[in-house]
Amino acid sequence: MKVPERQFIGRAAAPGLAEGRLFRLREADRQRVPTGSRLDEADALLDAVQEAARELTALAAATGGDAADMLNFQVAMLEDPNLLEQALELVNHGLPADQAWQATMDAEISGYEQGEDEYFRARASDLADMRARVLAVLNGDRGEHLPGGAVLVADDLPPSRFLTIDWAGGGGVALAGGSPSSHVAMLARARGVPMVVGLGTLPSDLPADATAMVDGGSGTLVIEPTDTTRAALRQRAGAHRERRAATERSAMQPARTADGTPIRVLVNVSDPRELDRIDPAICDGIGLTRSEFLFHGKGPLPDEEVQFAAYARIVRWAAGRPVVLRTLDAGGDKPIAGLTIHGESNPFLGTRGIRLSLARPDIFRVQLRAMVRAAELGDVRIMLPMVAVPAELDAARALLTEIVRELGANATPKLGMMVEVPAAALRAADFTADFYSIGSNDLAQYTLAAARDIAAVAHLNDAANPAVLDLIAHTVAAGAARGVEVSLCGDAAGDPGLTDALLRTCLRTLSMAPAAVAEVKQAIAAVDLRASA
Amino acid sequence: MNDAGPPATRTGSIVVPNAAGLHARPAVKLTQTAKGFSSRIEFALAPDGPWIDAKSPVKVMRAKAAKGVTLHFRATGADADAALSAMLELAASGFGEE
Repeated sequence: MKVPERQFIGRAAAPGLAEGRLFRLREADRQRVPTGSRLDEADALLDAVQEAARELTALAAATGGDAADMLNFQVAMLEDPNLLEQALELVNHGLPADQAWQATMDAEISGYEQGEDEYFRARASDLADMRARVLAVLNGDRGEHLPGGAVLVADDLPPSRFLTIDWAGGGGVALAGGSPSSHVAMLARARGVPMVVGLGTLPSDLPADATAMVDGGSGTLVIEPTDTTRAALRQRAGAHRERRAATERSAMQPARTADGTPIRVLVNVSDPRELDRIDPAICDGIGLTRSEFLFHGKGPLPDEEVQFAAYARIVRWAAGRPVVLRTLDAGGDKPIAGLTIHGESNPFLGTRGIRLSLARPDIFRVQLRAMVRAAELGDVRIMLPMVAVPAELDAARALLTEIVRELGANATPKLGMMVEVPAAALRAADFTADFYSIGSNDLAQYTLAAARDIAAVAHLNDAANPAVLDLIAHTVAAGAARGVEVSLCGDAAGDPGLTDALLRTCLRTLSMAPAAVAEVKQAIAAVDLRASA
Repeated sequence: MNDAGPPATRTGSIVVPNAAGLHARPAVKLTQTAKGFSSRIEFALAPDGPWIDAKSPVKVMRAKAAKGVTLHFRATGADADAALSAMLELAASGFGEE
């Protein structure tokens, strides 16, 4: 009899398509006979915890990398006398070793499950893994053999069990519970094992040895797929893989136009956390770090140590590539409580960017100190926003020089400026900037006197307007004459539709959101600067 | 030591910079670093406690210190100075997380 197809939808945890025999993982149900002696039960528990830690240490040594760190976390928790003492206390009150451990770990785990943060909640499965391993040792249960190439269906899958499975022959995982933030989901992503989590309670009558498919990208588990479903899933997975591969390939290539002109592609960073998922090899450096992320917390303004730690993290990520740190660009549409001035009749023409920093040297000085210290760790360049006249750059440079002396730093970082005020673009050559970066959003707004967020005039705010392009070309020429680099870091840099126009102003450096890199590199490759536009 | 005075207590605070907070791997780093000192080392999420033993991974995890919370450290003992600066430095580096 043909079993009908059944589909279950959960959350995507690791992309990819797996097809194989369904294998339902059951909780161990072997019963242990207690010794009846409190002393013997205590000894049994001590031995089991030590044995579990030994097994995990050996598994960690055999796997290495991030997986080893996850297992070593369990080892550290097992070796902490705290949990063991709680369980021994229960043994002392007459509970057998396994029940004492179970009760101790259950209580500990429920504390994690009540966390507000998904990341902490997800650690509950690491503790469940520890609970199960110690119980298995106590019960003399060596665990069922998990076949490779199968679709494993379980309530949850402990990371240590995931690691004992040979995934080389394919296979996937479908979990009733779990979280995309769990360690086992991270392992699955790292090893390319498709995984779906959060499917909810699955029926107990799923036929053993049925054919199952896991589509990790869409979070779907299919039991006994029809030929139509199978073909559709395969096609979707294949198309997804090809698209991804093509985009990734172009992201990793150095950018060159069709005529062979090299273009420097930099990334804009608004929060250092976003760097965790990005390979620095996709770019030639960081063209803009928006330091505002440090000032958006509810608490007091960030001190020098907090700022230094954040900048240091970005500089380490860049691994020797240049990093442009922009000093605070508050004001305008970016108010910060306790810092920016409220009630200005036109905040975009008011105390924003460098104007605010020079008005609040106490805060500006802390930021420059943290940046100068971070510059000891790599190629850091400091950039000032909203500069309109040379006196602003000169005042900032005087303060920077003083701070470098006061810190006894080895070198003075390059000090550059944003070009976003038309006055600065028209007279770029008058500034002693070590580099220029064109902020095309504000440059378009101030040149055309039209804000992007006022619908009635938004169409006028166009970075490709000839007046804006003329100002860009003028700035590029001024930079070339002075022998300093000019880049562009506004949204226009990440718009593949504008790449051609921007490169024709003789710009050779673009800084954009990391997500735009692959597409813009493809657009650059299509530009032929020998041909007329 | 001829100095018969009470052991020194040193305190300092820092904001947890890394994205996921004081989670599994950072908690292990923190306790390993703390165990390298003879001083009693504790931390708290408020300047007046409750104080948590920085050498116990179980207790460190229970604190559920998320990104952005301020960690207050307190070290008491012969090597309190070195212990405190090591803890603050480790926290400033995002607990060595990239």
